[in-house]
Amino acid sequence: MINLPLLPILIPLLSAVLLMFFPKRIKVQRIISMAGIAGTIIAAIVLTAEVKANGIQTLNLGDWPAPYGITLVSDMLSVLLVLTSSILTFFIVWYAIIYLDDAYERYFFYTGVMFLLTGINGAFTTGDIFNLFVFFEVFLIASYLLIVLGGKKGQLRESIKYLLINVISSALFVTAVAYLYSVVGTLNMADVSQRIDELGSPGIITVIAIFFLIVFGLKGAIFPLYFWLPGSYSAPPIPILALFGALLTKVGVYSIMRTYTLFFYHDQGYTHQILAVLALLSIVVGVIGAIAYRNVKTIIIYNIVIAVGVILYGVSAMTPAALEGAVFYLLHDMVIKAALFLLIGIMIAIAGASHLNQMGGMIRDYPRIGWTYFVAALALAGIPPLSGFVGKLLIVQGGFETGDMVGPLLVLLSSLMVLYSAMKIFMNGFWGTPKEYHGEKAHLANRLWVPAAALVLIAIAYGVGSEAVYPFIQMAVEPLIDPAVYIEAVLKE
Amino acid sequence: MEILMSIVVGILFMSAVYLILSKSLLRIIIGTGLLSHGAHLLLLTMSGLKTGAAPVLTDGVESYTDPLPQALVLTAIVISFGVTAFFLVLAYRTYQELGTDNMEEMKGNDSND
Amino acid sequence: MKNKPNDLILQTVTTMISFIIILFSIHLFFAGHYTPGGGFIGGLMTSAALVLLLLAYDIKTLNTILPFNFRMMTAAGLLISVLTGAGALLFNQPFLTHAYDYFELPLLGKTSLHTAVLFDIGVYLVVIGVTMTIIQTIGESE
Repeated sequence: MINLPLLPILIPLLSAVLLMFFPKRIKVQRIISMAGIAGTIIAAIVLTAEVKANGIQTLNLGDWPAPYGITLVSDMLSVLLVLTSSILTFFIVWYAIIYLDDAYERYFFYTGVMFLLTGINGAFTTGDIFNLFVFFEVFLIASYLLIVLGGKKGQLRESIKYLLINVISSALFVTAVAYLYSVVGTLNMADVSQRIDELGSPGIITVIAIFFLIVFGLKGAIFPLYFWLPGSYSAPPIPILALFGALLTKVGVYSIMRTYTLFFYHDQGYTHQILAVLALLSIVVGVIGAIAYRNVKTIIIYNIVIAVGVILYGVSAMTPAALEGAVFYLLHDMVIKAALFLLIGIMIAIAGASHLNQMGGMIRDYPRIGWTYFVAALALAGIPPLSGFVGKLLIVQGGFETGDMVGPLLVLLSSLMVLYSAMKIFMNGFWGTPKEYHGEKAHLANRLWVPAAALVLIAIAYGVGSEAVYPFIQMAVEPLIDPAVYIEAVLKE
Repeated sequence: MEILMSIVVGILFMSAVYLILSKSLLRIIIGTGLLSHGAHLLLLTMSGLKTGAAPVLTDGVESYTDPLPQALVLTAIVISFGVTAFFLVLAYRTYQELGTDNMEEMKGNDSND
Repeated sequence: MKNKPNDLILQTVTTMISFIIILFSIHLFFAGHYTPGGGFIGGLMTSAALVLLLLAYDIKTLNTILPFNFRMMTAAGLLISVLTGAGALLFNQPFLTHAYDYFELPLLGKTSLHTAVLFDIGVYLVVIGVTMTIIQTIGESE
């Protein structure tokens, strides 16, 4: 089956198209979308096994040979991300089925989610820089639909800003691709890497590298381009927020990771130094935001910025250990952010408000939810043996290897602050004097707990079983350390 | 020719930035349109203009236009067409709901949600 | 309610012109692949004809002339395109690989039949569906 790399893109696309035929039949919508995601997960698992056994898989669409046509490239990094995204989407959609009102489900919610998954899986898999732009647009347009669903006043206001930011960053993406194309004359990512190397990486490549950093930084929310994130992400309902928070920024991070290891690795003293500084500043700003706010949504949203900073710091160090840590932490962060968003979603459902002042003492009535949140918070901060620990350890170790002292210390310090901000929610939300709650969706709390707990369980398994996961991570990092591995697999010289 | 086009692209970007920084929502949308036009023109310019032949590749052809940027620019134009249409509808809905098209009045408030 | 504008000339011309546009768009559609044309341009031109009808008359009239659900049309077009691409999977070829051959057809003579036409039919439907949905969404509230 040579089309295996395509299946995680094709299956959600097909189910999205099928869903468009029955916009008003909620039951059919639910069944098709869950079946579609389940199929995607199975395809992703088979693909992972295939990549593990036989190395990088490539597929030339339309049978056009490699540097001329569009190539899909499934290396270990991309399949792991595809697998994680599909699994997360499964649980988030499960949660959404319980949580969302019928009006949402009738207005193309599931179609939007499936197109979002198509775009995200495509962006992770593609080996063509312009095709990456196209898949970015696919999931962005789906996200425009999802963010505006419901049409409340605040939502419309924030959607406009979100749309504007992304339209600008898309235009910059096209510009950056244009510059890159004028220098190297190719779009195939492996070929681009090769040509840059042949040209001896002229100065203009460094300019283009910074250009790409701006483009992907806008999507990935690094300092100083994160400003739109807290406002826009707090607008949509919780399941959509969980999808965005867990997946969308990570695509930007993945793209920085890919381009900075495959294209722009020549002038590391300049480009990677800038990346490191921006990553550390993101951590600082994220920590300030997470500590300062008392709105549960905002706290977790600022935690996204911190995580992006930690991962990108690992990428900027460019040592094998740091890159392994970055990949490990990236996967961990996707799972745990989705779990946390789902859990605070339950808190908001119970309290009917998202501010900590209106919460307290929930542990009396909802002990299961409280302790699940507690475990998730510990995992977020990286307490061993939970999943955040290994990733951070490797990133810090890699940082020290480069001789940098400030960076690793900041990363370590940020863990404490993250723990504080997450525990703030636990102390104020679950402990303290119990209050009378009038949340409209409070009766759903125990049903909503199931998918959230399942995600926390995955996060725990990922941490405890890191010994078993490690060979996969090691394999994922190979093409990042040595671009020749990637180039050889794509161009088959 | 390329230099002239680069200047045009610069002017397009300049006007786009000016329009996007204004307060009226409609001007902002026109600004994003100009911005994407600038980017598309740049994409087309970057592959070289006026090479003197159609993008047809048979044996022994000396000069031909690079067909790839034309395909890319078509894709990009279609995408920006769709997004602009969506943006216009969204802006109209927002105007109806909020009763304003002034970005100054669309700042988030500090109350919950 | 304003007085109804007197657009007799526009309406009369539209009834004739729009069919010419649609015919030409179908010509463009079949010209595609080897010569300039194809599903996208054909679809855009067809929807231009429909928009012209919409301008001359109004949405209600258009809906009685063409009682299509344009959203369904988009979905159907997407399905056709995706399935055409996915058809290659059955033969274990890469996605989007097309097949073509030359056939002797009565009246037409030697004709090239290409699976890309199926793909283009999908594109054609999607373009009409999306454009008309956009126009209707903007126009509905007025």
